[in-house]
Amino acid sequence: MEKIYSRTKTIQEDKVSGFCPGCFHSTIIKLIGEVLEELNVVDKTACVLGIGCCGLHMDYIAYDNTTAPHGRATAVATGMKRANPETLVFTYQGDGDFAAIGLGESISAANRGENITVIFVNNGIYGMTGGQMAPTTLMGMKASTAPKGRIAKEHGYPMHMCEILNQLTAPAYLERTSCNTVANVIKTKKAIKKAFQNQLDGKGFSMVEIVSNCPTNWGVDPLASLDFIEEKMLVEYPLGVIRDK
Amino acid sequence: MPKIQVIKERCKSCGYCVKVCPKKVIAVGKDVNSKGYEYVQPVNDDCIGCMACGRICPDGAIEVYK
Amino acid sequence: MSRQFMKGCEAIAEAAVRAGCRFFAGYPITPQNEVPEYFARRMPEVGGAFVQGESEVASINMVYGAASTGTRSMTSSSSPGVALKSEGISYCASARIPMVYANVSRGGPGVGSIQPAQMDYLQATKASGNGGFQMMVLAPASVQEVVDLTYAAFDYADRDRNPVCLLVDGVIGTMMEPIELPDFKSDEEVDKMKEAKKSWACVGHRLDYPNRSWIEPGHWKTSDMQKANEDAAALYKSWEKDVQVEEYFVDDAEIVIAAYGISARTSKTAIDILRKEGIKAGMIRPITLNPFPHKSFENLDYSRVKAILDVEMSIPAQFINDVAVGVNNRCPIETCLCSGGNLMKRSTIIESVKKINAELGGK
Repeated sequence: MEKIYSRTKTIQEDKVSGFCPGCFHSTIIKLIGEVLEELNVVDKTACVLGIGCCGLHMDYIAYDNTTAPHGRATAVATGMKRANPETLVFTYQGDGDFAAIGLGESISAANRGENITVIFVNNGIYGMTGGQMAPTTLMGMKASTAPKGRIAKEHGYPMHMCEILNQLTAPAYLERTSCNTVANVIKTKKAIKKAFQNQLDGKGFSMVEIVSNCPTNWGVDPLASLDFIEEKMLVEYPLGVIRDK
Repeated sequence: MPKIQVIKERCKSCGYCVKVCPKKVIAVGKDVNSKGYEYVQPVNDDCIGCMACGRICPDGAIEVYK
Repeated sequence: MSRQFMKGCEAIAEAAVRAGCRFFAGYPITPQNEVPEYFARRMPEVGGAFVQGESEVASINMVYGAASTGTRSMTSSSSPGVALKSEGISYCASARIPMVYANVSRGGPGVGSIQPAQMDYLQATKASGNGGFQMMVLAPASVQEVVDLTYAAFDYADRDRNPVCLLVDGVIGTMMEPIELPDFKSDEEVDKMKEAKKSWACVGHRLDYPNRSWIEPGHWKTSDMQKANEDAAALYKSWEKDVQVEEYFVDDAEIVIAAYGISARTSKTAIDILRKEGIKAGMIRPITLNPFPHKSFENLDYSRVKAILDVEMSIPAQFINDVAVGVNNRCPIETCLCSGGNLMKRSTIIESVKKINAELGGK
């Protein structure tokens, strides 16, 4: 019998991820690894991890990586890519990292059209620190720092990073996907592949925003988190290609 | 005939594979792995090798054979 | 070697390029703007990269990334900008990434004044960020020394896999002097230096490579973190051999000036005048502020030395704390200070020495 599906070799064989059950961080890093293998670029890849749950990948993936100070991943990736253009450089950042503390670095790297790839995982909450409000938290959604839920008067509105970056001229590719269904997992992988291929082709800044989950801090079980994504998150964050040039 | 193999130590019992399997091949079992998760197991021979379970599984716990 | 007339800030950039620096990121701030401006012109000529970051924070992190690939990299800023960089500097130190940064410092806390000062001594030598890390801190007192120390800084950084700080006051950074430039490291040498770092550089490795590159600016396991801190402490201790100090007329001095950077340079001419008047003044000038030349102060003959005069462009005095360690209460330490962007005047130093001399019963 032929093995037609197994976990990517880019994850350390003996490791189990440290993520909670059902967390898309595990799914996404798996898809990234599959793409790196398919593009045959594992040996020329460097990953810049953000801080937060996404940093847990550091001792899970088997390829080169470093961890950037909170929010600075696109700046670190800029330095890496400019100093060593032959390396495929991607950042892996959560919404707190990319859209809050690192907003300046994120927008500036996109505006320069840096030839890097950003994998932006948006689950609308701070995971590692225990469920605090993010710029992407949905209206009315409770967080440990918004105990009555997100209120416009106090917290403003959810931030749409794809649409914000779409105001810039430089970015080559912006797509929003999710991993809540098999079809969406396949689309996410395709988007990641395109974003990496763009870098290999020298097209400049590409970002895939992946609408993700946090069963633990949303206070739901993994299966219910899939429904929450479909019914709530994707209403606020509709999927699709926002920019492809 | 296609089949799946579960690497039980990787399974965290999220149930995604159970939900997406078109042939209801997989179910959460009663046995637990070293982390305490009730890992999933194949319960019949109806697997068609569609790989839906493998793809949706966050932790790469399912291998598919054809 | 080639002789040129150059500004301190430009000399930093040219010396860095000659040392093989091929990545610079920085952000405008007075009085170091000539550093990024020079790099912007120069880097394309040597196949290097220059990026004007969107902030100091971004710039230091670009250096973190570039240096992670094994490329000799640097950034520069001035006092408040260095405060912003402190996060990234700490990450570089924790991840043991070799890089060089220059602080062309200015006066006062906060935005301070844009004029020269030596107000960042404690920041540079004791706490340039969180976590108790250290760097070698080099303090040039002439543009020639700017060149020599910048050139050497990259070697120290690579040798130790640690950041190195050039603490340049705004006077040295903005004045022009004739200098001899060191040899330009060839492309082959630059490639070789980068290749030597391949084993740890974050540039991509085969999956079966025995050690993937994993540049960690921290450790999950407390035992790993403690081990990293112990290794760092051993490195810092090893710097004792790297102490550089200039001693000027110390052998027979009764009053010893302690000064670094531009204050030392002004003090030197004050000593020449005082000596002509028969006052036995001398000077100890640390060139490396970390490692600090404590022994030079420890080994003074205190039966002859009657007083130390701490001369620095900082109020309150900062450098004095390290001077006091070696002096160890064996003679009084007087101060001659200015701050806020006011320059240390030779006449003020001469007056201060004469006052001490008179109090000691001299002529």
